[in-house]
Amino acid sequence: MAFARSMSLYATRRRRNGVAVALAIGATLLGLTWLVFILGELLWKGFGGLNLAVFTQMTPPPGSAGGLLNPIAGSLVLTAVAVAIGTPLGILAGTYMAEYGRYDKLTFVVRFINDILLSAPSIVIGLFVYEIMVAQMGHFSGWAGAVALAVIVVPVVVRTTEDMLTLVPDTLREAAASIGLPRSLMITRVAYRAARAGMITGVLLAVARISGETAPLLFTALNNQFWSLDMNAPVASLPAVIFQFALSPYADWQKLAWTGALIITMAVLALSIIARVLSAQRKTS
Amino acid sequence: MSVANFTTPTVAHASTSTMGLSEKVSVSDLDFYYGDHRALKSVNMSLYQGRVTAMIGPSGCGKSTLLRVLNRMYDLYPNQRATGHVRLDNEDILSPSQDLNLLRAKVGMVFQKPTPFPMTIYENIAFGIRLYERLPKSELDDRVKHCLQRAALWDEVKDKLNANGLSLSGGQQQRLCIARTVAVRPEVILFDEPCSALDPISTAKIEELIDELKEDYTIAIVTHNMQQAARVSDFTAFMYLGELVEFGETTTIFTTPSDRRTQDYITGRFG
Repeated sequence: MAFARSMSLYATRRRRNGVAVALAIGATLLGLTWLVFILGELLWKGFGGLNLAVFTQMTPPPGSAGGLLNPIAGSLVLTAVAVAIGTPLGILAGTYMAEYGRYDKLTFVVRFINDILLSAPSIVIGLFVYEIMVAQMGHFSGWAGAVALAVIVVPVVVRTTEDMLTLVPDTLREAAASIGLPRSLMITRVAYRAARAGMITGVLLAVARISGETAPLLFTALNNQFWSLDMNAPVASLPAVIFQFALSPYADWQKLAWTGALIITMAVLALSIIARVLSAQRKTS
Repeated sequence: MSVANFTTPTVAHASTSTMGLSEKVSVSDLDFYYGDHRALKSVNMSLYQGRVTAMIGPSGCGKSTLLRVLNRMYDLYPNQRATGHVRLDNEDILSPSQDLNLLRAKVGMVFQKPTPFPMTIYENIAFGIRLYERLPKSELDDRVKHCLQRAALWDEVKDKLNANGLSLSGGQQQRLCIARTVAVRPEVILFDEPCSALDPISTAKIEELIDELKEDYTIAIVTHNMQQAARVSDFTAFMYLGELVEFGETTTIFTTPSDRRTQDYITGRFG
């Protein structure tokens, strides 16, 4: 004799499950809808302006033809310098926190401050760098812009480096120690290798994060209508040009702003996909 | 003192069977602390040159802790400390002036879970060799081959030396770790439950390997498997609650133990 299961209890649970799943799907669709709208609008307005001139000509005065070569080059240089400054700092700090200083009080303090920096509004970072660099030097400059972006890069890289190194099992560190590896080699040859994909992903995410930042650049690198990669002078950047052109009353400038926005979005998308592929490799290896 | 009760007769007991053997590692009055917790209590024992010593006992009895003192692995972590004396060839390895990297080159370790480095099979072995020796490529190749042969892995991996070490099966990974340990030319090898993650066939291979390795190395093995201890070891140490209850020849421990608790444990009455 089977005991009598309460079918009404089971039916209630099934109904509740159905409601919860429907709500979850609804929320996902709601989120995706806006993303599709935004990307669709971006493609619609930006794709038409995409041509060779965009990548070969300078930003034009209103009413004449031109491209986005100087802000694209400026963005690449600013991003490269920011990553060159921020990545070593971030990796070294993250390494200290996960390896040498794992049990130190200082690590907890640094982690706390890093978390604050991670969520600091970028406009505040822009203002800060304006105060310490632009105001002191007396003019806007590419260096100031790169430093402001580097301040955004550092906490992202610190966080991912520490997290990825913490994921490396202690047994692997013990194995390294067991053949007499000094700590420095244990870290650089074994732990870094095990955490490599995740650490690279962190740097890529930092690049994605800064490539759309506008606020810190408006206070630091400002903008430049002309071709200039002089880091001591104002440097053009895609976000700043988009900001300026999109707010202008000229139709051709607005069109270029849409095209610039599309280029940034595609670049960030590509970076994110690379980061995803790398972290997927990490899981399977 | 209860400690004196257990250690005095067993040491005397061991001395009759160890004549002619040279003492490679000698542990005396060893205490170990995890913070305030005393995990080892006045342990005295020896590892003999060219012999396998098994450490058995229920979980938490301190056998792995004892093993990790022998290469000072515990030094990687804060709040862990050992007091007493551990001599390797009459040199006190617990002394603060002991160079840990050199100690660990002399006292190798194989872990419970296989831990190949995230690099190729070849590099897993060559890495350790290059730490201590400058060899031309051809000699290095020979040494890598020799180490892999020593670990009975060569035939299985000779065609894929450039494959990632993590692509091997669990049993193969463990033998790779043994080859890696042998590569730095240690004098003592510590095995920390080396077979507990392996299937019976891989386990048999590792046991066979330990039997071959003992010609050249002094070996200590921690195991939960009493049949394994009986099969591979010459000496056995039974530990319980941080004390070394009994230490002697494996045949004696498994047939006529002198302590009641040893008898209860090996007959499966507790633990």
